[in-house]
Amino acid sequence: MIWGLIGTAFERPTTKDFVWSCWFGKSPWCYNFIFFLLTIVFVTFLLLFWLAFRDPKIVPGKFQYVMESGMEFVRQQVVLSMIGPEGAPFFALLATFFFFILLGNLLEVTPFIMFPLNSRLAFPLVLAVISWVTYNTVGIRRHGFLGYMKLVMFPPGAPWWMYVLLAPIEFISVILVRPLTLSVRLFANMVAGHFLLAVFFLGSIALFTGIPYAFGLVSFGMGIVLLVFELFVAVLQAFIFSVLSASYIAGAMAAEH
Amino acid sequence: MVGLAIHLAGLLAATLGTPIGKGLVYGLAAIGPGIGIGILMGKSVEAMARQPEAAGIVRGTMFIGIGLIEALALFGFVLSFIIT
Repeated sequence: MIWGLIGTAFERPTTKDFVWSCWFGKSPWCYNFIFFLLTIVFVTFLLLFWLAFRDPKIVPGKFQYVMESGMEFVRQQVVLSMIGPEGAPFFALLATFFFFILLGNLLEVTPFIMFPLNSRLAFPLVLAVISWVTYNTVGIRRHGFLGYMKLVMFPPGAPWWMYVLLAPIEFISVILVRPLTLSVRLFANMVAGHFLLAVFFLGSIALFTGIPYAFGLVSFGMGIVLLVFELFVAVLQAFIFSVLSASYIAGAMAAEH
Repeated sequence: MVGLAIHLAGLLAATLGTPIGKGLVYGLAAIGPGIGIGILMGKSVEAMARQPEAAGIVRGTMFIGIGLIEALALFGFVLSFIIT
């Protein structure tokens, strides 16, 4: 009975919302909406850094100041607090992770786009694989292959009989599961955020067109609140991805005990 | 008690692949991380209240912990879309 009062049927968001058809080109290698978003992120990334740092001043202007404080945030909170002063060679990589993921996530709350780049698993997965290759290479270079395996599989401070259990668990969690959790965390956060926003805004469209406007207002207000929340999540996920990469690198660099 | 458990398991198995099952997958996956994030936030607030000068460090570590725990719940979320 209540359904008769609602004008438009509520379109339930599904996983099909994340699949986009080709704009031009053939099916596996074509240019579509996702690739368009990647282009936006790429160009914005280059423009931001080029405009801010092409002619650096001793006394920075407003824009240079904002970008510098962003870089300083990554340097202080990610590199120095997780790896320490010897993490300086990884600053560029971690800052790239942070800003690329941040720009990709912010597309989720950008008007007229409203689609997070990282809600397609390919992007987080490639970033996680880069992180995986980096920390394993660092570990193998620092300790040698056997030394690194010993560091990974035999963490110090456990009784010897525990290593029967501990070694395979540590191996699986460090070598196999880490890239998976790193990518799925980012991917699933963005998918869940997109679903949340879609449910509330599509819901308020469906409710506004019918009789019960009040519910539409509640739904729309909740959508606005979630929009701010997703802004927070976008920054937080970029931060967590770079911090966890830094802590994995720090773990691979750790001195033997 | 065992009979009840078997009965519940049977009910759960019957819901697999239905929308109810998908909801249950996410709901069950969210129990543990929910408790975990509750403990983590509670302890962090406690630590920040006791030592306000250490609030920055506690907050940074707290967000890393939230990120680690949250992944478990999100696995359940992704899994609920994967199962058919």
